[in-house]
Amino acid sequence: MTQELSKQSNRLQDGGRIDRSKPLTFTYNGKQYKGFEGDTLASALLANGVDIVGRSFKYSRPRGIVAAGAEEPNAIMQIGSTEATQIPNVRATQQSLYNGLVASTTNGWPNVDNDLMSWVGKVGGKMMPPGFYYKTFMYPKSMWETYESYIRKAAGLGRAPKENDPDIYDKMNQHCDVLIVGAGPAGLMAALTAARAGARVIIADEQNEFGGSLLSTTEALNGKPAAEWVAEVVEELSGFDDVLMLPNSQVNGYHDHNFLTIQQHCTDQFADRAPNGQIAQRLHRVRAKWVILATGAHERPLVYGNNDLPGCMVANAVSTYINRYGVAPGKDLVLMTSNDNAYRTALDWHDAGRNVVAIVDSRKNPQGTFVEAARERGISILVSSGVIEAHGSKRVTDVSIAPLNEVGDAIVGSVVKMAADTVATSGGWSPVIHLSCHTGARPVWNDDIVGFTPGVTVQKQLTAGAINGAFSTVQVLDEGLSAACDALAHLGLSKPDVVLPEADVIEEGKAMALFHIPHTKPTSKAPKQFVDYQNDVTAAGIELACREGFESIEHVKRYTAMGFGTDQGKLGNINGMAIAAKMLKQTIPETGTTIFRPNYTPVTFGAIAGRDCGELFDPKRYTAMHAWHVERGAKFEDVGQWKRAWYYPQGNETMQEALDRECLATRNSVGILDASTLGKIDIQGKDAREFLGRVYSNAWAKLAVGKCRYGLMCGEDGMVFDDGVTSCLAENHFLMTTTSGGAARVLSWLEIYHQTEWPELEVYFNSVTDHWSTMTISGPNSRKLLEKLTDYDVSKDNMAFMDWKPMTVAGVPARVFRISFTGELSFEINVQANYGLHVWKELFEKGAEFDLTPYGTETMHILRAEKGFIIAGQDTDGSVHPFDLGMSWAVSMQKPFSFIGKRGMQREDCVRENRKQLVGLKTLDPKAVLPEGAQGVLDPKAPIPMPMVGHVTSSYWSANLNRSVAMGFVKGGLDKMGEKVYYPLADGRVIEAEICSPVFLDPKGERQNV
Amino acid sequence: MFHIYCPHCCEYREEEEFHASGQAHIPRPLDPDACTDKEWGEFMYFRANPRGIHHELWVHGAGCRKYFNITRNTHTYEILEVYKVGEKPSVVANEAK
Ligand SMILES: [Zn+2]
Repeated sequence: MTQELSKQSNRLQDGGRIDRSKPLTFTYNGKQYKGFEGDTLASALLANGVDIVGRSFKYSRPRGIVAAGAEEPNAIMQIGSTEATQIPNVRATQQSLYNGLVASTTNGWPNVDNDLMSWVGKVGGKMMPPGFYYKTFMYPKSMWETYESYIRKAAGLGRAPKENDPDIYDKMNQHCDVLIVGAGPAGLMAALTAARAGARVIIADEQNEFGGSLLSTTEALNGKPAAEWVAEVVEELSGFDDVLMLPNSQVNGYHDHNFLTIQQHCTDQFADRAPNGQIAQRLHRVRAKWVILATGAHERPLVYGNNDLPGCMVANAVSTYINRYGVAPGKDLVLMTSNDNAYRTALDWHDAGRNVVAIVDSRKNPQGTFVEAARERGISILVSSGVIEAHGSKRVTDVSIAPLNEVGDAIVGSVVKMAADTVATSGGWSPVIHLSCHTGARPVWNDDIVGFTPGVTVQKQLTAGAINGAFSTVQVLDEGLSAACDALAHLGLSKPDVVLPEADVIEEGKAMALFHIPHTKPTSKAPKQFVDYQNDVTAAGIELACREGFESIEHVKRYTAMGFGTDQGKLGNINGMAIAAKMLKQTIPETGTTIFRPNYTPVTFGAIAGRDCGELFDPKRYTAMHAWHVERGAKFEDVGQWKRAWYYPQGNETMQEALDRECLATRNSVGILDASTLGKIDIQGKDAREFLGRVYSNAWAKLAVGKCRYGLMCGEDGMVFDDGVTSCLAENHFLMTTTSGGAARVLSWLEIYHQTEWPELEVYFNSVTDHWSTMTISGPNSRKLLEKLTDYDVSKDNMAFMDWKPMTVAGVPARVFRISFTGELSFEINVQANYGLHVWKELFEKGAEFDLTPYGTETMHILRAEKGFIIAGQDTDGSVHPFDLGMSWAVSMQKPFSFIGKRGMQREDCVRENRKQLVGLKTLDPKAVLPEGAQGVLDPKAPIPMPMVGHVTSSYWSANLNRSVAMGFVKGGLDKMGEKVYYPLADGRVIEAEICSPVFLDPKGERQNV
Repeated sequence: MFHIYCPHCCEYREEEEFHASGQAHIPRPLDPDACTDKEWGEFMYFRANPRGIHHELWVHGAGCRKYFNITRNTHTYEILEVYKVGEKPSVVANEAK
């Protein structure tokens, strides 16, 4: 153990919440180090005397750890021992140490200690003022990609793993009476109160242990160390069935109607890869009746020259490392403060046996409990003074201290230099108001605490503790109790017996509003005074932005990039606003406010995706015959969520060879298509027929029972959006079919018109798509095949084209529709889905003698294109009405009710000359197949840009016709029959085509009327 | 994510079950053929975009499939009331002018 300790030069002999009997080994930038269980990666690095944890974004300056929590801007790590388990952008202050942890700095190239890029910081310092990226890298535009990769590499934004993450993530929906965010003194007090009252409570904290500030304080509660009170409360809370305690869990977003998201780290706090079967991270989606924000406050560092040198830290973080982790991150401390509170850091440092060089207080006459304690210890206090500059190259070695005037904006005496390796600073505390901002509440400036507190909200939200600017433990505990009581009153629960623990009484003197320490040189010439470490924004940069005319803090932020890092400016925003306010000669609230947005800290994609990835990304829909298609070697395509057989290659067939075979077999004998995916809507009610007449463009009044009719569905703008065949099953009963992808949209279209416009019509709609298996047999032998499976008379005389009949097929009750999408004699057999595979197999059994050939969606497309039948969504795009499609036969302008689309398609633009119209396109070279989407021109020699007249919508090779067939839009095309249109292609070819009827095969329709 | 009370199911459900269908109270003209192009264009395309009180048509698509109306504050996202199709809202914006 002593050996472990001896390597950890900054580790204290005792104290802290680490377990010195459990040493852990970890790797940082390729080198092995030791730490202890209970450490964070940051505390372990500090224990080992690692000063530099990164290089800065723009100037490539060495940076060290400055904070101990979520607000840390510098120690951003790449974690992961294998390629697949890489996690970028993890704050070392929030990563628990585990055995075998592998971490590396995300920025610094080729390494942090000797950074090639640092010339930018030295040479380029003057070259890179704010707005540098906008001003320089914008031009020339063509170079942007080069700049980007250069900046990215230099800035080191972390990298995503190149292999699949092997871990499992998931999501969980939660409901509770009270969600408490933060398990510090306020949160714990609130949780205890709510739990005892019987409320359903969730309490979440981003740290691995509950307790918050109480884990690193030297104050006592009930006369005992505060951590003992924490342990008692945690134990009591864990005894309630209705209390869910979530450590290692960031409440990252506060959304509408009290919906909050919590990212829980389940195993990535102790393992590189989740142990088998365990969840790495879980996203809790919480709907809370009431929310209590007990998120505490972040200490603000002060802004002074070279304040980014390793060794410059936030005061409270230094105390946390000493008291919680047993690490004193240096030997000789200078503390600069504008308040009493930070004196505790000097006391902790002193009590850890280290040397406090001086407390530098900007105030004239500090007085209070902590100030007296420092005096008692004989610590030197320099009043009315500030640290104006830190000196050193890779770590602080000295500081310059100067006397300041009463308001702290001018130096009023001579500068003294003192040796120190650590500078801790405190400008007061900024309440952690981020979550309250997420819901749109504007923060309110509070002069007393020199910070923003949560604004008025419409959410059922309460706040307690330091978030409200209550900083003493007594106050914080009391606020936790009263917030819980408020919540209980709203919930109708009575207040339980609770007694506040007794806390030390501490007298604190008044703090001073101080942000930016002046230097002997003007800000623009002084050593860099950093405001936002992550984006290298300096005080000089903000002043420059103000001089350049940016008056709104929102514009200053965008110009300088302040607050745009992954830390969202948690440390720097208020300081930056204060500097801008001073430049603009106005108050901070006049300068603006600072709005934080979700998420509070970066969230891994894994947690967001949960299990909705891979196989479970989207539901898949299969027809009842799917297994048969798979066995037959079908290739599939996605149609909406459906997996549809695309084509069925045999042996070594190419796709085109398979399509040619399927097309020829269907037209020469008989083919079969699984059409089960067609949308089917069952429509019933005495007004069903009237309703159909209103939503379809054609007439339905006279459709007799047993008959089918094709219909076009248009929007109010007159444009076609779906089509299909609807059959009259009984006088008040119809079956509507829709395109496979359009079923849901059509159903809600029918519902919205029925429910909002015509509720007086008695009609009911129900989706029956999945109830039926649909198989279409098509081709000259289709009737002979059907006759082998039914006793019903399916002859031409008894079952004409566009008839449907109920019959028994393969022993199963069926509805058979004599409709055709191929132009061949066709029967669409519908059976209850459970029987689908049986009937399908029977068809193949009996169809062998006709060489029954299965065909997929691609052959279906070719066969219908040979006949000039449109596919809604392929040959239409929401901008074409039935007349554009040459389908005036499907519009009945005489119907008494002004059907949907009628008025729209008569608008001025819809009836003008020269609209794009759908026509057939016959290439002069019969072997040439036009690419779909190709744009046509009338004059291929016209100068570029050529006037385009319309695009190709459908184009295929037709084995039946031994030539290509195509359809497309041409301006005024219906009046241009026989004229030429040219398609210049990207490869330089120009395909010439003749405008013709889209019906390439059997224009008289003789093949289906047999 | 909204928490929406369906007036047909008579309970609060998650927004994921619902779908917004635009501004409420846009009746289809009773005699479309009598409308000018301009009037038809107004009916089809022109919608209010208020900051504040807004009446919206929603559908409980993954629930009862019924349409209903919501009065919502587009600034705070508060749902101030829900009411059935054919009913009038009780919360209305103050006439500004
Ligand atoms: Zn409902």
